[in-house]
Amino acid sequence: MDRFEKIFFGISVVMLALFLCALFYASAAMHVHVQSSQEVISVKPGGNLAMAVLTTAPFNNPGVKQIGPHDYEVDIIAQAWTFYPSEIKLPAGANVEFKATSVDVTHGFLIPGTLINMMLIPGQVSITHYRFEHAGTYLLLCHEYCGRGHHTMFAKVEVQ
Amino acid sequence: MSTAIVYQPEQRLELPDGQRRLIALTIYLGFAALAVGVINGLAQALSYAHINIFQYYPGMNSYYQGLTVHGVFNAIIFTFAFANGFVTLTMARGLNRKVHSGLLIAAFGSLALGSLLAAFAMFSGRASVLYTFYAPLQAHWTFYLGLVLIVVSTWITSLNLFVTLRSWRREHRGERIPLLAFISVVTYVFWDISSLGIAVETVVFVLPWSLGLVATTDPLMDRTLFWFTGHPIVYFWLLPVYISWYAMIPKQVGGKLFSDSAVRAVFLMFLCIIPIGMHHQYMDPGISSKLKFATAILTFTVFLPSLLTAFSVMYALEIGGRKRGGTGLVGWFFALPWSDPSVAAQVLAMLVFLLGGITGLMNASYSMNIEIHNTTFVPGHFHLTVGTAVALSVMGIAYWLVPYLEHRKLWSRGLAQAQAWIYAAGVLIFARGMISGGLAGMPRRTAIALAPYSEPSWHLAGIITAVGGSLMVIGALLFFLDIGLTVVIGEREEPAEIPFTETIHAPATVGWEVSFDHLRYWIAIAFVLIVVMYGPFVATHIPLASVGVPFKRF
Ligand code: HEM
Ligand SMILES: [Cu+2]
Ligand SMILES: [Cu+2]
Repeated sequence: MDRFEKIFFGISVVMLALFLCALFYASAAMHVHVQSSQEVISVKPGGNLAMAVLTTAPFNNPGVKQIGPHDYEVDIIAQAWTFYPSEIKLPAGANVEFKATSVDVTHGFLIPGTLINMMLIPGQVSITHYRFEHAGTYLLLCHEYCGRGHHTMFAKVEVQ
Repeated sequence: MSTAIVYQPEQRLELPDGQRRLIALTIYLGFAALAVGVINGLAQALSYAHINIFQYYPGMNSYYQGLTVHGVFNAIIFTFAFANGFVTLTMARGLNRKVHSGLLIAAFGSLALGSLLAAFAMFSGRASVLYTFYAPLQAHWTFYLGLVLIVVSTWITSLNLFVTLRSWRREHRGERIPLLAFISVVTYVFWDISSLGIAVETVVFVLPWSLGLVATTDPLMDRTLFWFTGHPIVYFWLLPVYISWYAMIPKQVGGKLFSDSAVRAVFLMFLCIIPIGMHHQYMDPGISSKLKFATAILTFTVFLPSLLTAFSVMYALEIGGRKRGGTGLVGWFFALPWSDPSVAAQVLAMLVFLLGGITGLMNASYSMNIEIHNTTFVPGHFHLTVGTAVALSVMGIAYWLVPYLEHRKLWSRGLAQAQAWIYAAGVLIFARGMISGGLAGMPRRTAIALAPYSEPSWHLAGIITAVGGSLMVIGALLFFLDIGLTVVIGEREEPAEIPFTETIHAPATVGWEVSFDHLRYWIAIAFVLIVVMYGPFVATHIPLASVGVPFKRF
């Protein structure tokens, strides 16, 4: 290789290494949480996914649950083309754990303006954490194509 | 600059007429697919501005039917057809010999039949599953079989390249593989390995399931297999264009390619680093954070070959620009032969690609990805890359390739030039709209014009998207007009020559660089890395879940 090329190669490597460091720093310092839940919904032989979801905790009782002074858990079921529950009320400043799963196809789980962004894959439980600092009405929408009515699939999160 | 040992490629290639026609047919099939895809794109871009036109399209029953057509025709049929035709030609040119006619026919047949089957499934409304066909959305079996045949056509093309290379090697023992042939064959070896994910997904899981032979499928496994191929597929789109940027554009601008070894190294890097598809699954459950982390690191390493490409290609352009009298830091750039539409389109495509690279780095960083995953940021990004760096470059290549294949002059150079500028301007506006919308959480793959919800910050973004998208469509239609007229009524001319560059540094015949040509070592590295990256997932995910029951409400 030529001298020019070696220099450019060196610069490129250093640049990418710096980007990587920035990335690691950002994810650690800003507490960006990318889900990696390993919880699954298992279907018994002869059963089906929808039944399995509805009989597995916490999805046998979906909704908002207070689990500590400032801690909430929200369990949500996604089904073409709705979220259950479709209205969620939470206090501002609380630590919220979202658990969601699908009973049919792959759905999305996005709340614009927050760091909540997950895929819901049949048979898998998706989990993320967030704290809403500001009161307001947030949109929870499905951002993965899930059939003809996909664009009608959304819910509202009221933060007071 | 170091003194030149100029390596000049051998004399011109005379391809038999039959082979020339087949290559032309393959490429035209790709252009026809692109035309259908792009026309559907208009409905999508306008939908983001709340203008609903898809219902006026014949046979389109839903936004998503059109979007499936757009994705499959543009990103799979167009790109694969072009690669099959073009890379077969560059291989023949690189070795100065004809290819195998039977395999050429078989590849075309498989591609055409596969495209027909998939088109039937999509246009009859039986396959509105988008080009990612995530199970348990279940398309008609003809859709999956069609895709399989399309992939098989790329494998037959590979076989053709291998056979041709082998017979060349018999006559040239101990010689280095000529550069053009080397990068052509590496492109296809790379793709053969990359395509294994989608091949297993369709043949082993989804196709039998769509035929009712098995009752359920495992959505996460299918999705992971899809993305195993779905990431490297972007390089299969890109590498044929890199062949043009590296080995042809320098000639077209009067420059020279700097070094043979650097180009080979770049293509081999792509070959070695295949298994990073999990960066499309950062937001998925069921995949450990360690794997996501490792994927992020490896993803950054594949920016390296693209950065090196930027350097080499830029340098070749600079040599050309200076020879043409350009001076100063940027003067050479304006001195490039901009009036040659083939050059103008491809240099514009490169400029757009720089922006595509930056937005790609943002996608790849998983802390950023959480803000933009599955928002319109993503299509904003990849219309800069595949939608322009690839598509506009292919249009640029067509401006010499079609005259070469037809022995006819390009119908209008002026129209071709205008086309390139309109398309490039269009995509910059389009991407600006989609990216800003995406940063505000505007979802992709969503018929926004019909959605009951909206956010105020999406309105302007949607309008910009529609304006830019319309310009792109106009640019693309002008391309089809010019090429169509060239084929039908272009003025006849003497057979032209394929532009093919000289390198300043010839391939080394001694030393470690010779090992570039021993592909089996590089292939071994690729497989080791695949096992390291995907082994843990497969090991922990088995036994497969039986949760995916057919879903056809689309
Ligand atoms: C020329 C005019 C074009 C326009 C106006 C256009 C417009 C669009 C729009 C608005 C979307 C997003 C739709 C959505 O997410 O709901 C989209 C998606 C897409 N486009 Fe294009 N596009 C064009 C050309 C191309 C080209 C040339 C390619 C590739 C060669 C391409 C490949 C894709 C792919 C792969 C998708 C994703 C489909 C999916 O999400 O399933 N587009 N296009
Ligand atoms: Cu959806
Ligand atoms: Cu990727």
